[in-house]
Amino acid sequence: MASGIKDKVVILGMGCSKFGERWDASPADLMVEAFEECIADAGIEKKDIEMGWFGAGIDAYNVGSSALPLSLALRLSNIPVTKVENMCATGTEAFRGAVYAVASGACDIALALGVEKLKDVGYGGLPQRTRGVENDMFWPNLSAPGSFAQLASGYRAKHGIDKSELKRAMAHVSVKSHANGAKNPKAHLRREITEEQAINAPYIAEPIGLYDCCGVSDGSACAIVTTPEIARRLGKTDLVSVKALQLAVSNGDEASFSDWDGSYLKTTRIAAQRAYNEAGIKKPREEISMTEVHDCFSITELVTMEDLQLSDEGQAVRDVLNGDFDADGRIPCQIDGGLKCFGHPIGASGLRMIYENYLQFQGRAGDRQLSNARLALNHNLGGFPHQNICSISIIGRYE
Amino acid sequence: MFGITAYGAYIPRSRLSRAAIADANDWFDASLRGLAKGERSICNWDEDTITMAVEAGQDCLSLLDAGSVGTLYLASTTLPFLDRQNSVVVSQALNLGDHLRTMDVSASQRAATSALIAILEAGNSEKGAAMLVASEHRRSKCGSRAEMLWGDGAAALGVGSDGVIAEYLGSETYVTDFVDHYRGEDSTLDYEWEERWIRDEGYLKSVPLAASRLLDKAGVKAADIAHFVLASDQAKTPSAVAKKLGITAEAVVDNRIPAMGIAGSAHPILLLTSAFEFAKPGDLIMLAGFGQGTDVVLFKATDQITDRRPETGFAGAIERRRPDENYNRFLSFNNLVERETGKRGELDKQSYLAAMYRKKDLLTGFIGGKCRECGTVQIPRENYCVNPECGALDSQDDYPMSAIPGRVKTWTADRLTFDWNPPAYFGLVEFEGGGRLMMDFTEVEEGSIETGVAVSMHFRIRQFDNQRGFRKYFWKATPSGQERAQLTTGD
Repeated sequence: MASGIKDKVVILGMGCSKFGERWDASPADLMVEAFEECIADAGIEKKDIEMGWFGAGIDAYNVGSSALPLSLALRLSNIPVTKVENMCATGTEAFRGAVYAVASGACDIALALGVEKLKDVGYGGLPQRTRGVENDMFWPNLSAPGSFAQLASGYRAKHGIDKSELKRAMAHVSVKSHANGAKNPKAHLRREITEEQAINAPYIAEPIGLYDCCGVSDGSACAIVTTPEIARRLGKTDLVSVKALQLAVSNGDEASFSDWDGSYLKTTRIAAQRAYNEAGIKKPREEISMTEVHDCFSITELVTMEDLQLSDEGQAVRDVLNGDFDADGRIPCQIDGGLKCFGHPIGASGLRMIYENYLQFQGRAGDRQLSNARLALNHNLGGFPHQNICSISIIGRYE
Repeated sequence: MFGITAYGAYIPRSRLSRAAIADANDWFDASLRGLAKGERSICNWDEDTITMAVEAGQDCLSLLDAGSVGTLYLASTTLPFLDRQNSVVVSQALNLGDHLRTMDVSASQRAATSALIAILEAGNSEKGAAMLVASEHRRSKCGSRAEMLWGDGAAALGVGSDGVIAEYLGSETYVTDFVDHYRGEDSTLDYEWEERWIRDEGYLKSVPLAASRLLDKAGVKAADIAHFVLASDQAKTPSAVAKKLGITAEAVVDNRIPAMGIAGSAHPILLLTSAFEFAKPGDLIMLAGFGQGTDVVLFKATDQITDRRPETGFAGAIERRRPDENYNRFLSFNNLVERETGKRGELDKQSYLAAMYRKKDLLTGFIGGKCRECGTVQIPRENYCVNPECGALDSQDDYPMSAIPGRVKTWTADRLTFDWNPPAYFGLVEFEGGGRLMMDFTEVEEGSIETGVAVSMHFRIRQFDNQRGFRKYFWKATPSGQERAQLTTGD
């Protein structure tokens, strides 16, 4: 039986660019910014990197296809580089490739880098794009908020929750992330907001308002990974290791068959359980110190708390309003601001989450430093609630 | 006995107040104010001649077995395609099968009455029944009399020997090249001549020339006609023609101008469906169609006229209305103004014809699959059965779903995405007996959608590809009110 990825690979170094509307920065500029921080942190030379995984989510609109943009931007030494794309899970997918390569023994040191240059396309929000020749003929023109807003209708119907009560909990999610983002110098949105502002903002897709939506940003994040033995040999202490990497992909069940009621993410539940098993976590509420979840919209974060077993089913509204996931709560969520305020350059997001875990474990998180964080769960969700890709990474201190 | 066996009607829900048209235009033409009574039916952005024809056809099929239809004629002067048989699209959306006679009949306001005469004179088809669908979405110039008085709508008739409600007694046609209005090859809008000349030299001369001959031929006295159908946007002309013929004033079928306006070549058929709803057994019904001459057709209502009623019918279609005061939106829907679409509206909407043909059962027929192994209904149908307990390969039979009611599972009103009439409503629909699909909604009034609301399926325009002059169709869900039976899950 497979033994899983737990503690086989550690992070040698990480880097993350400033996220935001980087009008003056090209995709290559963003990649270099993240990479230079990362390689300095790793304390190795570029020639020591043996393999690379490159993640970009909407390639037609920004960096272009294939692995070439990474290899060219960093002037890598003709090493094997693989381009990965799995919607919003892209960054974590690049990381998974690099981690698996090291764990397999195919190489000692691997690079994972994710980037997205969204602000060159002229859209507010994510660009409207084709869903494929056949799908375009009959799919609704659902925008990202339009697809995730439906979680609210499903959740309200299932749990009999009043519209205004759910909206208030959604507002709390965003207010908390803005408060966290304000403390993060690399975050895209750094202004605190009030619950009232969030509730009264114009609707984007009922019941999602402007402040229920995450930032659409330019940015890049990267990691260099190796084995614990090599990291020690290179003089590293306070190692941070990979505990679990899981991915669950819809097969049409929610959209076409099951009694799925639209109030939760089936793939998140599956991936979370697999990740807990892989990491040997029995009691997530007691063992997980922090989460970075896919808060593309406030309602997504809210239902994800239940899908990750951090709230009882139907109780996320209560727990959110109770402050359980605030910076000083039971399990802080999006301590770096999350997609909501750190921003969401699609291909970089999964790596950005791991970057925050890494800083927290090494006591380098500045004003937002948590005390005694030892195990973090990161969650990405690509696609739509009824048809999606969910990746979960669990990262922790190597003890 | 041979004649009309079924009928159906469709009038777009949206009814634009004529006062709103006059308010916007009387600075230019004060006489419009005199016409500003009532309202006119207007197509939603996603409706056209084809979609309305499908709606009317579906209503007609509530009285007619789709498998018995061997002929489908579509009559209209506003067919969306000049070269792509529109009636084939309608027949496939109605799931009339692959072997039937189809034809588009056009180019005159009597297109529908002429098509009807052709069907009636052809007699019984091999399969037993023939269908005529007449549908019209006429565009007109801003601030014109036509804009005030015309409306959009469609009607359908079934012809055969099984269940005759109106026996065919005969027909007559008088032809003359009388050009009261025309639309040339390169024009999108009509050009009209003087109203009084059209009345005196047109209606009042042309209709009697055809009608008198038919009355003589049939041995019927004009005074015995119980229902006289003559469509005209001139409110008093049908009565004047009736008087000249000796038909009683009571027999003149109301043109319903205040309620919907005149729906072009479809209007005579719409009015005929209206007459069927109040005709009594034994009533004589004369249908006239005017345009480069006149068609007249004579029917006699049978005992079945009172019992055989379609699901919606003319009265139901007239009643199902949504008041509208927004003249600008009407102009926008009819492409009479160049409108900002926003960045998201710029996305290329090319239709890939090979893929569209491959998917035509889903796109046009709304046909899903039902697994022979486990009975699971699924749409779209894919290679493997979606039931994870089954997963059989190539195990699904065609399963038409356009008539199956559904219920909303999840929904939203999206203001970010591009839509010709924002917000875009869409969501996950679960069908009675199984199957679910993330799909667009249409005809949604604010507050009418919630999880659990019953919906029905409607053939609508999905997208326009203006760059290449194409339009794509698909099915959308519309809240059907709460009158439907509770949704049962499973078979």
